[in-house]
Amino acid sequence: MKNEWPLWEIFIRGQHGMSHRHVGSLHAPDAEMAIKNARDVYTRRNEGVSIWVVEANHIAASSPSDKGPLYEPSESKVYRHPTFFDIPDEVGAM
Amino acid sequence: MYAQMVQSEASTDDPEKLAAFQARIDAGEKIEPKDWMPAGYRKTLIRQIGQHAHSEIVGQLPEGNWITRAPTLERKAILLAKVQDEAGHGLYLYCAAETLGVSRDELTEMLLDGRMKYSSIFNYPTLNWADMGAVGWLVDGAAIMNQVPLQRTSFGPYSRAMIRVCKEESFHARQGFDAIRKMATGTPAQKKMAQDAVNRLWFPALMMFGPSDADSVHSTQSMAWKIKMNTNDELRQKFVDQTVPQIEYLGLDLPDEGIKWNEERGHYDYSDPDWSEFFDVIKGNGPCNTDRLAARNKAWKDGQWVRDGLLAHARKKAVKKIAAE
Repeated sequence: MKNEWPLWEIFIRGQHGMSHRHVGSLHAPDAEMAIKNARDVYTRRNEGVSIWVVEANHIAASSPSDKGPLYEPSESKVYRHPTFFDIPDEVGAM
Repeated sequence: MYAQMVQSEASTDDPEKLAAFQARIDAGEKIEPKDWMPAGYRKTLIRQIGQHAHSEIVGQLPEGNWITRAPTLERKAILLAKVQDEAGHGLYLYCAAETLGVSRDELTEMLLDGRMKYSSIFNYPTLNWADMGAVGWLVDGAAIMNQVPLQRTSFGPYSRAMIRVCKEESFHARQGFDAIRKMATGTPAQKKMAQDAVNRLWFPALMMFGPSDADSVHSTQSMAWKIKMNTNDELRQKFVDQTVPQIEYLGLDLPDEGIKWNEERGHYDYSDPDWSEFFDVIKGNGPCNTDRLAARNKAWKDGQWVRDGLLAHARKKAVKKIAAE
């Protein structure tokens, strides 16, 4: 069996109530060590208040070749954005 | 630079795909790991990012050398933080390289058996405490010259790693300048040590940028792919122009009699480093090549039981957890 530690993807919640954000990856034997290592590698300067770790091979990802079918349909739906609608000035802020 | 003389691979891929790929790069798009890329782009990047990562890791050795002998507790804490950052930089970069399909162990083994290189600068010794100042100020200063433009490199994971690295790198340069400034303005003996450090490290720092453009055969393709953003001589000149006034500010003598302001060019003239020395160091004959590789090999070997033990423990726990479910 190959003896390389598995790869973990690291997600950190910054100081200001934001969502956890992907910051990078690292190798660790298990989740507990992945969190310990993530603390040393990715929060040396107060970058976070919470860490998530996910083993990289548990992440399912969309394929780059699906870009067209997945995202092009939304390009033509400009009415989904508030700026599509003209609101008369007299109505005030909305 | 931290990656010197990275050989660029020619591409034998489908011309139509190559043209579409180049168009994406020219349009400023980022290439992500799962996107199609020419085999040469992938190979060149593995070599370059790998070499960059190895440099960060091996670069811990000349500075680690002084942690236990730092003159004050404050300097010791600062140096420790700096060396820890270098480990982090190595890790960011290894992970970026791994997205291209090479494993961490493969990269490590290629460093340990000499198939992959690290920057020539780390094959020079750090002989006195002033070297800690000079390394942070000059060596990290030279690295920044290269790393700042690389934040805009075409490969997404490399670019993101560089952004993280650059955020931390100015701390490195500043702490170095602060340390050498203290010595340059100290007792005559301290000032002498500072001067000695600058004299010894100046030309090796200039060599970090790689051979002169005339002898740099791998640049064109890498620049088209935006994995090299400036030529070696451009960056070297920028470094000299920035650093000479700082040496003067410190009240130290310039380490090269050829340094002179050239009004016409708007740049400092300077002497070329001894390129035969550079090629010799790259070949493995620098003052510390053997020590550096021996230290990395020993660390890898001595750590084997820890890596194996932690993995065995993790597997045992995983089996128990499944049994309990």
